[in-house]
Amino acid sequence: MSGNELLLFARGPALNVAGVIFIVGLIIRLIEIQWLRRKHDNAPPHGKPWPQALRTIGNRFVPAPGDTRRRPVTVIGGYVFHIGLFIALFLFVPHIVFFDAIFGVSWPGLPNGIIDGVTLLTMAAMVALAVDRLKDPVKRMLTDKEDMLTWMVTFLPLLTGWFAVNRLFTGYDTMLALHLLTVELLLIVFPFTKLMHAFTWVLARGYQGLIAGRKGAAS
Amino acid sequence: MTLSITNGRAALLEQVDAAVASFLQSCVHCGLCADACLFYTETGDPKYTPIRKVEPLKRLWKQEYTLAGKVAGLLGLSKPVTDEELAEWEELVYDSCTLCGRCSMVCPVGNDITYMIRKMREGMSASGHMPQGLRTASIKAVEQISPIGIGLKALNKQIEVQSKETGIAIEMDKKGADYMVLLSSMEIIGFPEIIGALAKIFKQAGKTWTVSSKAYEGTNVGIQLGNKDIARKIVQRTVDAAEDLGVKYVVSPECGHAYQAIRWEGPNLIGRPYKFEVVQLTQLLDDFVKSGKIRTNGGKYAKRITYHDPCQLSRRGGMHGPARNLLGLVAGDYVETYDAGEWNWCCGGGGGVSANHRAEELRLKVFTAKKRQLDSVKPEELVTSCANCRNVLEEAIDHYEMDLPVIGLAELLAEFIDVDPDPPAPGKEEERNASAEGDKS
Amino acid sequence: MPKDDMPRVTLGDSLRTHGISRRSFLRYCTMLGSAMALPPALLPNLARALETARRPSIIWLSFQECTGCTESLTRAHSPTLEQLILNQISLDYHHTLQAAAGDAAEHAREQAMEENKGKYIVVVDGSLPAEENGFSTIAGISNRAMLEDTAKHAAAIIAVGTCAAFGGIPAAWPNPTGAVPVSEIIRDKPIINVPGCPPIPVVITGTIAHFLTFGTLPELDDKGRPKAFFGDTIHDRCYRRPFYDQGKFAHSFDDEGARKGWCLYEVGCKGPTTYNACATIKWNQGTSFPIQAGHPCLGCSEPDFWDAGSFYKALSTPLASGGNGVWAAATVGVAGGVAAGTAAVMRRKKASKQREETTVDDLKEGTS
Repeated sequence: MSGNELLLFARGPALNVAGVIFIVGLIIRLIEIQWLRRKHDNAPPHGKPWPQALRTIGNRFVPAPGDTRRRPVTVIGGYVFHIGLFIALFLFVPHIVFFDAIFGVSWPGLPNGIIDGVTLLTMAAMVALAVDRLKDPVKRMLTDKEDMLTWMVTFLPLLTGWFAVNRLFTGYDTMLALHLLTVELLLIVFPFTKLMHAFTWVLARGYQGLIAGRKGAAS
Repeated sequence: MTLSITNGRAALLEQVDAAVASFLQSCVHCGLCADACLFYTETGDPKYTPIRKVEPLKRLWKQEYTLAGKVAGLLGLSKPVTDEELAEWEELVYDSCTLCGRCSMVCPVGNDITYMIRKMREGMSASGHMPQGLRTASIKAVEQISPIGIGLKALNKQIEVQSKETGIAIEMDKKGADYMVLLSSMEIIGFPEIIGALAKIFKQAGKTWTVSSKAYEGTNVGIQLGNKDIARKIVQRTVDAAEDLGVKYVVSPECGHAYQAIRWEGPNLIGRPYKFEVVQLTQLLDDFVKSGKIRTNGGKYAKRITYHDPCQLSRRGGMHGPARNLLGLVAGDYVETYDAGEWNWCCGGGGGVSANHRAEELRLKVFTAKKRQLDSVKPEELVTSCANCRNVLEEAIDHYEMDLPVIGLAELLAEFIDVDPDPPAPGKEEERNASAEGDKS
Repeated sequence: MPKDDMPRVTLGDSLRTHGISRRSFLRYCTMLGSAMALPPALLPNLARALETARRPSIIWLSFQECTGCTESLTRAHSPTLEQLILNQISLDYHHTLQAAAGDAAEHAREQAMEENKGKYIVVVDGSLPAEENGFSTIAGISNRAMLEDTAKHAAAIIAVGTCAAFGGIPAAWPNPTGAVPVSEIIRDKPIINVPGCPPIPVVITGTIAHFLTFGTLPELDDKGRPKAFFGDTIHDRCYRRPFYDQGKFAHSFDDEGARKGWCLYEVGCKGPTTYNACATIKWNQGTSFPIQAGHPCLGCSEPDFWDAGSFYKALSTPLASGGNGVWAAATVGVAGGVAAGTAAVMRRKKASKQREETTVDDLKEGTS
């Protein structure tokens, strides 16, 4: 299969299948979680649950006191990775064009040179996080196969995307195809792994805010 | 046998709600919760990482409540939650967790891990995996009111002493009183001065109050055990007594989890709202001060003091502000430790750990987290507003040979409240025989 | 231009007859040499070889094609060197250009094959049905049979245009004729693909020049194209590339970006995946090329460009249009989610029923 055919496969049937699995899976998972609901609370509220839910959704962007000092790799690496991934995913023009084609909305992007640097930083952060995961006793104990799988399917699109933009190893078409195929792998894996936290973090923070807010407690 | 792994699994499954599912789905295994937990920071053992404590709950949720988990189950890929596993988890869920809630505060995705460990205990107790200490305390609490066997006679005796000391009449089972006060057995036996303090405070505030002979215990071991059936029996007794007496308020004592039990879990355990309001003592005192119902004589406590925030009252109850308002009123030399307030470090004995004799060594070991905090400001005395904290702190302070008396917040406040003693006339209402003897001076 | 009108003279003679100066010829050789990335030391060889080369016999077969490739080569506005070189080759059979028709024409082909056995070059434009399905015949001979017959004693085959090289428009979905490129039929002869719709004239002449000069085929890439012309993508050599790197794009054909000549990636330019020499050699004697004229590259020298989605949708976009598919998937997701959620809630109800109340007696059982 030539790079061109691979690209057509990646942009066509493979993307369609992966996209459908992602959308269907994501929605099923979100409803499946929410359908469990919470019981009606008979205890009259003391604080304000909803404002606190919103506050908690926001305040967890700031690391807890001392966390940066105690676990610099997790905290700083985590920030660099998440912000970098966000920038590379949403502010690279070919990606914006992709979203525009599907959802019909677009926004301004950043120059490629910046995206290139950000992508390298993001990958460096991911490598640092992976090494830390294997070295740190707490993280090593928590780590399971899913953690390794999700790391791989997140890292590969970054790597192949960076290769494609910089014309490394193969022609642009082949590498772009590999980039798309790894993204498709990510899309397929996404709804059934911890990658779901990209959506459920709002719910988790919100629920803690609601629970604590009702009591007027901290969260 | 009711308590079995089947029953435990059912109990765990019953506990899963949308919040739990959102939490479990969101965990990325970042490990940050470990550093929030004194059992990890003081031992360095990764097995104490908070989120790991709910691992069986996570697997059950995945297996039973998610599409992917069910498919995995059909393919024979899931590892069932076994009796052996829960047995192994018993130490993690009971001995090494005080439900202090610090881990919930640090989780970047916002998981309320404490909320889940509380739920884990439902499954643990329903499957028979619980510490002996909590098991026997629960039996006693249901059968004899007090989990440590403090009977009505002892209570009457203490009330009598306090009434005499303050010169204020204290009437048991007084119908139609404004406030029904709950006490913890720990206070009755160890810190009875709180009763006298309450007498002075209510007298100055011009409010009537009483203690029920049928439900004087504020502690709810069922909550610590994490068993809603046991907890409901204990709450029901209090609710019945309060609604019988027709009080407007039930005062939750200086005891952290007692507040969580009666204020937040209680109405849901009995399945309806109460016909009275529950108010936590610290909050009540702050309200009294703010509305001018009580005032101090202007005196200040001379010793350098700091405050130990009880987890369930400060972090998980929002009472750290009111507590500091009161301290500000009477403290002459107040110092604040680092991490005070909602980030406070636990005494190490909350959430039933202090009732679990097996956990004693570990509890004393992890007290070093609190000790560092105290050593950093070197107070002469330590104030707190939880009888269990106070007891645990005193034990640990003794163990580490520190010279640091612990006092109660309400007691401290009451020291600076002047009230005239009652005229030496007997109380007029004698509706309840049980209380009659201890009532008069 | 039937061969009888053309004396068998050298290319050099012919150029001089047509008033092309030696200086112009050498300039052409230099351009050719640089386009083909020949070392400068080899340029005299190239010039000498071209000047003295005898006209090779060329048999030009046109199958399922539009004549665009021939037009590109022969209908230049003014006589060009490319055209002259083309004229100088012994075009023994080309049914668009030759005067002979019918049996005579086919006879010419057979004669040329006979006379130059093993030495003639077959140029093919157009794709051909792989099966003997009667879709395309010439003088009653199916394309496939004619190609197989003609290729048998050829020195090499040059597949000119994207149809001959990769199937092209006739092979576009649903490919009613079952069109395939030359390389699918002929496996035992060297094939040079010179794709493009149409291909750049100098690429054809350059390839022939290489063959004349060195007697060998030029170095080819994995798609059988001369690397000298197909080594870089349009994007890599595009004068608008800096705008791409700076993130400056035309979002439509009439916006500010389009007027300022910014990158056409967003309006569907296939430059990044297209290997061709348009951006360097350009068209019409180096006058311009599509991107310079404000139109995105269609990728016409690449396989499957005809079925690779809209010409005006960016490379990084899905081939399928999002809209309805997304909504359909979302609807399935909602239905599935409600079903899964209901199943979970029912499972919880069952667990609630299964769970037995813990009594004090149960607790006592465990104390001993």
